[in-house]
Amino acid sequence: MGFASTYPGTPSSEIGNILEVISSDAGMYFEFSNNEKVALEVSAAAAVSGVRSFAFMKHVGLNVAADPLMTLAYSGVNGGMLVLTADDPSAHSSQNEQDNRYYASLGLLPMVEPSTPAEAKDMVAEAYAISEELQLPVLFRTTTRVNHARGVVDFKDRQTPVTKGHFEKDVVRFVNIPAYARVNRNVLLEKNKRALDLSEESPLNYTVGEGEVGVITSGVSFTYVSEYISGAEILKLGFTSPLPEKKIAEFVKSKKHVVVVEELDPYLEDSVLRICAQYGISVPVYGKRSGHLPRAGEYSPDTLTGLSGLLDVKTFQDPNPRCDIRLPSRPPTLCAGCPHRGMFAAVKKAVGKRDVVYCSDIGCYTLGVQPPFNAADFIICMGGGAGAAGGFSKATDQLPIAFMGDSTFFHSGVSPLINALFNNHRIIMVILDNRTTAMTGHQPNPGTGRDHGGITTDALDIESLVRGVGAKFVRTLNPYDVKGSTEAFKEAIEYDGVAVVISKCPCPLELKKRKVLVPAMCEVDPEKCIGCGICLKTIACPALSKRDDLCVIDPTQCIGCGMCANVCPKKAIEVKK
Amino acid sequence: MKYAVQIVGVGGQGVLLASMVLGNAAKNMGFQVSMSEVHGMAQRGGSVLSTVRFGDDVVSPLEPVGSADMILGFEPVETCRNIHLGNPSTAVVMNLDPLLPPMVVTGAETYPDVPLLVDFVKSKNDRLVTIDATRIAVEAGKAVAANAVMIGAMAAVKGFPIPVEVLRDTLLEQVPPKFRDLNAKAFDMGYSVASQ
Repeated sequence: MGFASTYPGTPSSEIGNILEVISSDAGMYFEFSNNEKVALEVSAAAAVSGVRSFAFMKHVGLNVAADPLMTLAYSGVNGGMLVLTADDPSAHSSQNEQDNRYYASLGLLPMVEPSTPAEAKDMVAEAYAISEELQLPVLFRTTTRVNHARGVVDFKDRQTPVTKGHFEKDVVRFVNIPAYARVNRNVLLEKNKRALDLSEESPLNYTVGEGEVGVITSGVSFTYVSEYISGAEILKLGFTSPLPEKKIAEFVKSKKHVVVVEELDPYLEDSVLRICAQYGISVPVYGKRSGHLPRAGEYSPDTLTGLSGLLDVKTFQDPNPRCDIRLPSRPPTLCAGCPHRGMFAAVKKAVGKRDVVYCSDIGCYTLGVQPPFNAADFIICMGGGAGAAGGFSKATDQLPIAFMGDSTFFHSGVSPLINALFNNHRIIMVILDNRTTAMTGHQPNPGTGRDHGGITTDALDIESLVRGVGAKFVRTLNPYDVKGSTEAFKEAIEYDGVAVVISKCPCPLELKKRKVLVPAMCEVDPEKCIGCGICLKTIACPALSKRDDLCVIDPTQCIGCGMCANVCPKKAIEVKK
Repeated sequence: MKYAVQIVGVGGQGVLLASMVLGNAAKNMGFQVSMSEVHGMAQRGGSVLSTVRFGDDVVSPLEPVGSADMILGFEPVETCRNIHLGNPSTAVVMNLDPLLPPMVVTGAETYPDVPLLVDFVKSKNDRLVTIDATRIAVEAGKAVAANAVMIGAMAAVKGFPIPVEVLRDTLLEQVPPKFRDLNAKAFDMGYSVASQ
């Protein structure tokens, strides 16, 4: 491929982290776009110009990019184009576990699904061949246990990618005004028929094993089936849209019964049932609709035990019982010295007993939901907090306070800000600018500028942007100065209109990675400390604890940010450089 | 032959490095390898679980609950939290050095006494090896080498199918040159303590 673009989102983030490092040497162009929609559009432009492109994102990111994708299908592409969706069954690092295979049906797009890392690599070549044959973008559907799996992958020689093409104008094809869209809809339906032929003959759909019972499966579920089920013939589907219906009908009709094993929704299963009905096959089909397999959560070998009456499932060892000692929970938490702690502490203090709605967003600051901050009452999607805040301001008498990160602001925070100004919403928008896209592994964003792949750009200034669209109340605060931030936030609460507060302080983890964190340490003076615990209760930094009724600081965790010193009523904590 | 190791601990302890060393060592032995882990939020101090499976005809990235051949526990509470991943004959290597979760630090929850946790594991498993990895690492030169101590201890487990030299060489290939001596020492000390 010659062109790739993404907005980071786990479990797809690591692809971008690698391309950021290797794209120059690989002779290709790569960018972190400011959101998934733009990522899809830039890759679409490359592909219609004849350059093989690759847009990748997490599953919910494809919701953002769905608008261009649905119509790009009408126009099609010239160079091959893959759109990778990283679905997250069990929502390990996501707000939902939606099944993006339905986007392939919705857009009439071909789709492939690898089962292992090695197969994912091989399938890229297959998928580009399909894309170029049909002149359509191909949905490359993965899940967490393919993305965050490791295995032995053999690399072959790669071809030097073509990185420049030429856009040949074709108004009917690329300008989907209603008259042409109606034409292109029929073009797409024709391509879909050809895609069906390709799927019927594709080596990505094959059978293994033998038996009078059949299993139809795809993706990571295939690995569980192939290792833990015996005595059945398995139809392994890798080209899963359109499904090879003749092949499925042939497979099913000779079987005593068939079990469909797939994570999340009954995408394959419903199609198999439809195909059986259409081909007049009366073989029983089991899976989710029959109640044998769950529709929620990711699968594992253990999931197959639900099929023991239908299939020959390997018996597993009886596990040890779970520990009956009460174990403390260990959820992920904001780091020691995380500037979000300071801003949450300041906001809570300034808000006091007022009736507010904390509209949070997607990022590290989502962890502000935990005590003592409890600073998240409503979270839906990227940029969604600020948008909802505007609604709360009109539909309730509560004061909405929206938190969002710098990267989220550039992703989809500008629109709700403009909407709030346009409609005179009474909201406070807190932009937690930690100078990086932290949660997904410290990718650059427009607020940091880029410096990779031989391209450097200047950082965009959030405050100028906010003022530029017309916000009148704008304060940029240092969250390590918790007391000062509290006072400034009180003004924001009193302001009648859209108040924007920018909490500007770099993520210490990012500074550590770049080896530019200035060494410093907070120290407690045991003579002055009265053990009131205010530092612990307001900042709750993991480096702080109480021993013998006095506060102590863990020197292995402390970065010397001084937030605890700032809130100490007895000035018992000092920052030592 | 199939062998599965469940490596458990806390984000930042080096669980991922240990699983990469083990996975690469298995690959160097010519085994098929399949591993998976959940991370992302993990680096923010949460519980981490990494599965490493290797041998013949290994494709699944996950191991059935109860079937682990070894649980490599980097932290006492995390070891107990995941004890159901094994069965009574699973080898358990348990670091005794606790890392207090924030909820314990703030007083909202309590951390059980470590000897109580050890007794619990002992009552479920015949093959427990306890190791004071952090103290040994400090002896070897630096506390951060505790993960090398744990990797060394893993090599000492009876029936572990990868020779100690292969695991040791793979570890040393994967650490920066200036930390090679430290890691070699920590690995050897872990191996020797766990062999006793």
